[in-house]
Amino acid sequence: MSFFKAILAGSAAIALGTSTMAQDTKVIGVSIPAATHGWAGGMNFHAQEAVKRLEDVYPQLDFVLATASDPGKQVNDIEDMVATRNISALVVLPFESDPLTPPVQAVADSGVWVTVVDRGLSVPGIEDLYVAGDNAGFGKVSGEYMVSQMPQGGKIVVLRGIPTTIDNERVDGFQAAIEGSGIEIVGMEHGNWNRDDSFNVMQDFLSKYDQIDAVWASDDDMAVGVLAAIDAAGRDDVKFVLGGAGMKEMVKRVMDGDTMIPADVTYPPSMIATAIELTAVGMTSTAPVSGTFTIGSVLITPENAGQFYYPDSPF
Amino acid sequence: MTTETVTPRLQRLRVPSMSVMGPVLALVILVVIGALLNPNFLGAGNINNVLSRSAFIGIIAVGMTFVITAGGLDLSVGSMAAFIAGLMILVMNAALPSLGVGIPIILLGMMVALVAGVLAGLLNGFFITTLGIEAFIVTLGTMGIYRSLVTWIANGGTLSLDFGLRTYYRPVYFDGILGVSWPIIVFALVVIAGQILMSRARFGRHCAAIGSNEHVAHYSNVNVNRTRMATYAMLGLLVGIATIMYVPRLGSASASTGVLWELEAIAAVIIGGTVLKGGFGRVWGTVIGVLILSLIDNILNLTDLVSPYLNGAIQGVIIVLAVILQREAKAKG
Repeated sequence: MSFFKAILAGSAAIALGTSTMAQDTKVIGVSIPAATHGWAGGMNFHAQEAVKRLEDVYPQLDFVLATASDPGKQVNDIEDMVATRNISALVVLPFESDPLTPPVQAVADSGVWVTVVDRGLSVPGIEDLYVAGDNAGFGKVSGEYMVSQMPQGGKIVVLRGIPTTIDNERVDGFQAAIEGSGIEIVGMEHGNWNRDDSFNVMQDFLSKYDQIDAVWASDDDMAVGVLAAIDAAGRDDVKFVLGGAGMKEMVKRVMDGDTMIPADVTYPPSMIATAIELTAVGMTSTAPVSGTFTIGSVLITPENAGQFYYPDSPF
Repeated sequence: MTTETVTPRLQRLRVPSMSVMGPVLALVILVVIGALLNPNFLGAGNINNVLSRSAFIGIIAVGMTFVITAGGLDLSVGSMAAFIAGLMILVMNAALPSLGVGIPIILLGMMVALVAGVLAGLLNGFFITTLGIEAFIVTLGTMGIYRSLVTWIANGGTLSLDFGLRTYYRPVYFDGILGVSWPIIVFALVVIAGQILMSRARFGRHCAAIGSNEHVAHYSNVNVNRTRMATYAMLGLLVGIATIMYVPRLGSASASTGVLWELEAIAAVIIGGTVLKGGFGRVWGTVIGVLILSLIDNILNLTDLVSPYLNGAIQGVIIVLAVILQREAKAKG
């Protein structure tokens, strides 16, 4: 397996060697988690699209894209990129912060430009550019929407993602936003950003509580499971479900004025494209791109849904 | 559960030993705890929910019981289910313009699932029996292959059944006869057939013989390879059946479909008293195992006793306890 990979990397390096001779080509390495759930699938799609587009725009740039199914594989990918592809810049969406921090630091120390996306590293100051999603803001926007829709207050249930810092930040932001509004979270369980898990959790919530006014599914994949469970139970006390991320099916429902899905909150997987584009700009021009670029979470309503609808994306 | 009465162990009319009683006791305790903690626990709605969602793992676990009894193992079933679900959705969506929404297209989807399941099972069986490769390695390999294939055909995203088709197919998961939903009925039929096959038919005895000693079985004129091959093919078929029940629920498949189903199925089989290294299998025990696993989840969702962060730990403790309960008794007697 690794032997095969070594051959592949070797032949790639040879191919690269010949092209470097033709002109001064810079290589940008992109390392992202594999498409193991909907959001990551969308992120993979946008990474591929950005790479395709930028290769046409900048003939002097070469890209190498690697997807990893676990943090260990991602570390290997990055080491391979440095060893065999001689990258000038690395765009990395860390699988997990802690295990990726030392290898990315080593890359940065060797003089390679480092762009970190979404999940920050454990040690600050390693990266040259940080393109960050705003998880606390995601929770806050969701919470504020809930408050605006339920001025009298009410009982809601919350489905959480995979237990991670990301999930904690979102939930903390949400709880801060609904504080004192009369909205009461009666139940909170992990649906793991998974349709099947959230379906089961929602079924159990419906058995447990006789009155649920609304659901914060906190993710569009989980919203799919939640809607199916509500539908099957035939309950009409649940007024609406608020997901998140901006999955195309859900954006479509918002656009069509579905009363169960009146809004959505973005956490765009296309932020990977922002990171790759900015890195390419940094590599090819004198425009400064270092610093932090925060991508805010925006509320999608029927009025603006058209701007967020990408029918071609898998997510 | 009617399944308990299906196994009159004629040679033993005394009080059954702990190895038999262990899992049953654990299940009864869980039911009592659930009923005490939440009045809705024993409501018809909740029971229907829990049994329906157990059906996928349950149907697969019955097949797994035979594979493990015959000394094998199959780690690929979760990925296989995801791949078959993806394939089924792909074929049904593709056939929609020509067949339209109706019974034929549903039957086509079901046929695809069953055929793909049997083929996938035969492929595992071929590598394991004919080529003599370790089952663990073969199915670890196919597990990765099917998981990648479903990610690939879904283009990293989610495959969704056409909306009209989904609405038409939906009753296969949610409707049923006299309030008992179809997945439960199919699960029950599979269990009854499996129980008869295991305890009354030659096939079941051959599986047990191969699992306890392959060579002795061989010299006793048991066709070892063919029997093993049949267990994997049967498991594949059951994965196909489980997928037929799974697809109408959410009408979608993605890379996160069926993750860890293989471990849940294997855990259910072992909790139920089947021996992991083969030689002895108990289909009704597997059913108890499956119910224990899904009841833990259900009870944890229905109560606020423990932090949801600890759900996995509680599950682990109960699994180990259920097995200790039978092992200890076995060691004594």
